[in-house]
Amino acid sequence: MPFDAQVMDMEIQVSGLTKIFGDGPGAVTAIENADLALQPGEFVSLLGPSGCGKTTLLRIIAGLEAPTRGGVEVRGQSIWNGKTRSTKATRPVSMMFQEPRLFPWFSVLDNVALPLRVAKVDKKTRRDRAAQICETVGLKDFLHHRPTALSGGMRQRASLARALVTDPQVLLLDEPFGALDAMTRDALNLELMQVCARAKVTTMLVTHSISEAAFLSDRVVVLAPRPARITDIVDMPFDRPRDLDLQQSTQFQAMVGLLRRALSEGH
Amino acid sequence: MPRNTLRTVLPIASVSLFLILWTVYVRTAEVSPFVLPPPEAIVAALFEMVQTQELWDHALVTVIEAVSGFCIAVTLGVSLGFIMARVPPVEWAAKPFIVLLQLIPKIALAPLFILWFGFGLESKIVIAAALAFFPVFSNALQAFKSVEPGDKDVFVMLQANPVQRFFMLDLPNALPVVLTGAEVAVVLAMIGAIVGEFIGGNEGLGYLAVAHLQNLAVPELFGVIVILALVGLVLYTLIGRLRRWFSPWHVSTGVA
Repeated sequence: MPFDAQVMDMEIQVSGLTKIFGDGPGAVTAIENADLALQPGEFVSLLGPSGCGKTTLLRIIAGLEAPTRGGVEVRGQSIWNGKTRSTKATRPVSMMFQEPRLFPWFSVLDNVALPLRVAKVDKKTRRDRAAQICETVGLKDFLHHRPTALSGGMRQRASLARALVTDPQVLLLDEPFGALDAMTRDALNLELMQVCARAKVTTMLVTHSISEAAFLSDRVVVLAPRPARITDIVDMPFDRPRDLDLQQSTQFQAMVGLLRRALSEGH
Repeated sequence: MPRNTLRTVLPIASVSLFLILWTVYVRTAEVSPFVLPPPEAIVAALFEMVQTQELWDHALVTVIEAVSGFCIAVTLGVSLGFIMARVPPVEWAAKPFIVLLQLIPKIALAPLFILWFGFGLESKIVIAAALAFFPVFSNALQAFKSVEPGDKDVFVMLQANPVQRFFMLDLPNALPVVLTGAEVAVVLAMIGAIVGEFIGGNEGLGYLAVAHLQNLAVPELFGVIVILALVGLVLYTLIGRLRRWFSPWHVSTGVA
């Protein structure tokens, strides 16, 4: 496929992206010359060890960190004009963080409705919409609880609901379930996959779990540290919908082995 | 005895014991009533005082001074704390003055304020405000600075404007710590008002205490101290209630 023809329909286009923290001899290259393109509705994982700049890459796409060189386009619009983020280009982008980042002075419902409140949606509409999204992530019985009264898994559900409440076109996930136990994590990953598919949202996930990346993604981007760069992009050829049994299959194990080798070759 | 019964009985018992020992000491050691009157003399004096309009007039003056000073201190402390937390150059410029003012015992400024603002209410309000300012200000500065970067990121992602961020993030985040400072400040505002009344003027509970001292009306002097303690208790409790009301989520409130 000719590269230029593809660019037109790309949801996210990362080109020549470089980020250097500091300057002089103490400068650290967090990400070097990264090129990456995501199609609408695609689920892509950034897989790599700590310190390979995957979170930095995500934060630049989110508009939280300015790139040193190169650029990011979402739906053909530049997120960054020099060091200035474009509010228009970042509007369809939503992000879920490592920590739930819920606010204890709001109820679960008001936390989830917060993005709509900031966007000045009226109270009734935003509460109805928030309650609806809470129901889809299994928080129906906790709407009026304080976030501090929820378990870790429940908090991340609320955080996911908040990220989805505005119907974003792009969802960025920074190791969202990293702090949870394996069972909760499996359950949430499964739900995440279903919710993302239903919302037809283009998703980019940062993770250091090989099986998580293989299970959730259409493609896995393998990153290597020092210098931080993209070393490989691997397709995950599993049919959808997927269930947890997939992880027992030999085909899945083979892909996990492939990713593991790709990771270690990068070192 | 069960724990809960002990919790009710023990404070009553310890206070009763204290009053009994006081009475016994004053009687057996034949302490002059001009030095330490027996409790019942103080109770009797108090009983008479609360029936006079005079006491309540003086108490009202002190409360007005302390509360006005406190409100000024909270307004100034919270706004300056917020501005300095958000605009670091302002803090750098103001730092020498803040350190200097914090080192001066604020009580020492009281005579100066009397000189500048006269013997009326104004000077006492200023003294109360000067004393109450620092706990509110330093707590507000710390609290507004201690917004977690990750929480700010959420509001950047949501493209919130500064006003939205202030009311949905900075203010609720700072409130528990600011109100803890306010609890200390309200007690200091009372002290400021009373010190001001000691030095000059002819109104307020501080003035009343000095007047009783000059008449050697010692039981009445003790009575004023009891009233002062009660007024302080009421103000402190009010602010504590306010803190729990405004920040029911906070660890200091003690409920999950």
